[in-house]
Amino acid sequence: MQESSAPQAHLHAPPESFLRKYVFSLDHKVIAKQYFALSLVAVFLGMFLSWVMRIHLVWPNARIPGLEWISKVGAPGGVMTPEYYLSLLTMHGTLMVFFVLTNAPFAAFGNYFLPIQIGAEDMAFPRFNMMSFWITFVAFLVLVAAFFIPDGPPISGWTAYAPLSAVGKDAGPGMAWGQNLWGISIAIFCVGSLLGALNFIATTLDLRAKGMTLMRMPMTAWAWFITACISLLAFAVLLPACILLILDRTAGTSFFIPSGLVVSDRLQPHTGGSPLLWQHLFWFFGHPEVYIAILPAMGIVSHVLINSMRKPMLSAKAIIYSMMSIGFLSYMVWGHHMFVSGMNPMSSLAFSFPTLTITIPATVMVLIILGSLYGANIQIDSASLFALGFVSMFVAGGVSGFFLAQPSIDIVLHATYFVVGHFHMVMGVAALFGAFSGTYFWFPKMTGRMMNETLGKLHFWISFVGSYCIFMPFHYLGLVGNVRRYSSFVNDFMPALMPVHLFITIAALVTGAGQFIFLFNLVYSRFRGAVASDNPWNATSLEWSIPSPPPFNNFGDKHPVVYHDPYQYGVKGSKGDFVMQDSPEQIPDET
Amino acid sequence: MGKLFAVTLAIVALASAYPIVTRMYVPPVDISTHGHAIDEQLNDTMIEAGISFLAAQLLLAIFVWKYSGRKSGSALKNFPGGARVLVLAAFVLVGVEILGLGIKGQKAWASVYFTPASADALQVQAQAGQFAFYFRYPGPDGKFGQLHPDKINEAEQNYFGLDPANDIEARDDIVTGELGVPVGREVLLLMHAKDVSHSFFVRELRIQQDFLPGLDLSIHFTATTIGRYEILCTQLCGLGHYNMKAYLNVMSPEDFNTWMKQKASEQ
Repeated sequence: MQESSAPQAHLHAPPESFLRKYVFSLDHKVIAKQYFALSLVAVFLGMFLSWVMRIHLVWPNARIPGLEWISKVGAPGGVMTPEYYLSLLTMHGTLMVFFVLTNAPFAAFGNYFLPIQIGAEDMAFPRFNMMSFWITFVAFLVLVAAFFIPDGPPISGWTAYAPLSAVGKDAGPGMAWGQNLWGISIAIFCVGSLLGALNFIATTLDLRAKGMTLMRMPMTAWAWFITACISLLAFAVLLPACILLILDRTAGTSFFIPSGLVVSDRLQPHTGGSPLLWQHLFWFFGHPEVYIAILPAMGIVSHVLINSMRKPMLSAKAIIYSMMSIGFLSYMVWGHHMFVSGMNPMSSLAFSFPTLTITIPATVMVLIILGSLYGANIQIDSASLFALGFVSMFVAGGVSGFFLAQPSIDIVLHATYFVVGHFHMVMGVAALFGAFSGTYFWFPKMTGRMMNETLGKLHFWISFVGSYCIFMPFHYLGLVGNVRRYSSFVNDFMPALMPVHLFITIAALVTGAGQFIFLFNLVYSRFRGAVASDNPWNATSLEWSIPSPPPFNNFGDKHPVVYHDPYQYGVKGSKGDFVMQDSPEQIPDET
Repeated sequence: MGKLFAVTLAIVALASAYPIVTRMYVPPVDISTHGHAIDEQLNDTMIEAGISFLAAQLLLAIFVWKYSGRKSGSALKNFPGGARVLVLAAFVLVGVEILGLGIKGQKAWASVYFTPASADALQVQAQAGQFAFYFRYPGPDGKFGQLHPDKINEAEQNYFGLDPANDIEARDDIVTGELGVPVGREVLLLMHAKDVSHSFFVRELRIQQDFLPGLDLSIHFTATTIGRYEILCTQLCGLGHYNMKAYLNVMSPEDFNTWMKQKASEQ
């Protein structure tokens, strides 16, 4: 599809009132910052939850000051009950996967930079965009409300398996209104995400500037586009799944509950449902969801690394096609979460082959990045350090996936800390490193000021070494059979492993503390950072052709025209070592 | 700082591999007939994964060492062979690994799931419920009595909801809190979930299987070594999940018969 050639009429007038400027803004840049702020709140809340969980695991009877104020029932005298541990675990996972990993790399950065990178004035549907954010915000409030109800948040994990999540209050503490709020929150979140995905797709296909063919889009634009396509199908399945769950819980239906269950001495009235159905629906969403979390980070890291290397990737097409393949294959592998679930063991084998196959495009990406570093001229700063750290984390986390992809090995590793180590490294840490890299890279553009490099590098070192210290040992624990989602370790073989858990807890607290350096840097630099030029990184893509921060309609009264591929670095025969996408300078040999 | 990154990365990568290479964390002893294939699969995968991990991390470290902090005006070079070689390498290396490990791994999986239990396997039913495992033996008549969920009564220790008054086959069923099995004899474990999803995990037996409410499935195994082994619940089932465990007691055939008689007399 060719780029849109009609000059864009102003999509919406400049905002006048305070509410229109800062609250119910139609400007994609403001909405992006709102998503960014929401994910910041969510990540620090999620991180705080992980601290108290780690403290409890190592010192089960510890009095955690303040916890009794949040929940008298869950933590009497500040000592966490087993059920409250599970509540916090559920909220940690839900907050991190939905409100951080789906929000920050995709909704926040994508909203800010997709329109600009393709030369557009705003997203295709500014009103949908505003609605997406506020719907997501309402979903957040509904979820967090679960902390404040007497029974507390649900204890079924972010995966909310039926029948535990479906039978209602008989299943345990938090399983009445806590689980209802969870289901309602996630259903609302799905609506916000679906609107966002539609917006990203329409914007990418329809609003590209003159000369901006699809293949001339930066890596980030491709990553956001592919992520939006995946999101549309994935959230479209999670939304009805949540509705069915709520119906089972409140309307007496039996989608997920078979007959004859006796929970807390009460024979449940349901009949005819299948717990496996919930797992299929959830993971049909859940697996693409993890690629929704990682693909934008891959795009950001590629985008930053190319600029830092002063050299394009060996093959942009290889990276783009790999991202597309990952997106496509992500829909064929969901059963690998269910190898020992009781589904037909033949299905387990069937799912394992695409799961192993998805390693191929992931390996292509890693090898292309490594090969592109060869012979480059790497500029080291906070943004590029986090991008390089991403590559290391993605490999470390991805390699453990190779074990879990094989059903026979999954027999001994399923539901152990090996799995927890795998997904934290490959999704949690790697995606966050991508988000950090993007923050350091784009902060000057978004605010007109540079972030402090010394603090940024310190943040990197603590996060990089700290993350390895926290999550690598999880794999060892899993190999010897340390089971996950246990609020205390009472098994015969566990005492010998407690020193490892102590090491992990201390590493987690130190690494967590290091994140406050980042928070401080964000706030301090926003007001006191060195003033940034329009293009502090000597970068090529369209966002660097406009002022820092950009005006309301991005390109002013100009309609950008694109003449080049996005990554003209080290071009022979050009002045300087880079050519911007909208520069009319002719480049010899450009295809 | 690029060189610092390279050195730190190399140290971190080697430190990560160290506990594996020096076998600081070894899986528990294998007491099953099928576990050897799983352990071999795990070892093969560990070698391939370890090589890939170290190669990638060290290459990243070497390239960042060499190509950062260069003098300005240094010439840019392209990787010999360009993208084509790397894409080919990805397909070949991973393709071979997938085919190799994937196809070989089928045998280990098949030995657990696609081979039927032998006709004279010892049948035991396991019931998982919040937060305990109970086991039921069919008794001398070789038949299990019917389950009646409405008759479950923990206070009267009727964990399975049996109705011996009206059900002849239930009268000689033997219910225990421990899974006793004779060494070297195949066991067919019938799995029934009372309330929510649970899972049956015995590390030494190399068995992990979820209980699925509404679908009574089965799994079979043969234990090869006498001893007591922990059975863990690995599917989040509620607040007592961490404490939901039982013991697999592998006994000599004589001890097993004695134990069965004793349990029968306790019913």
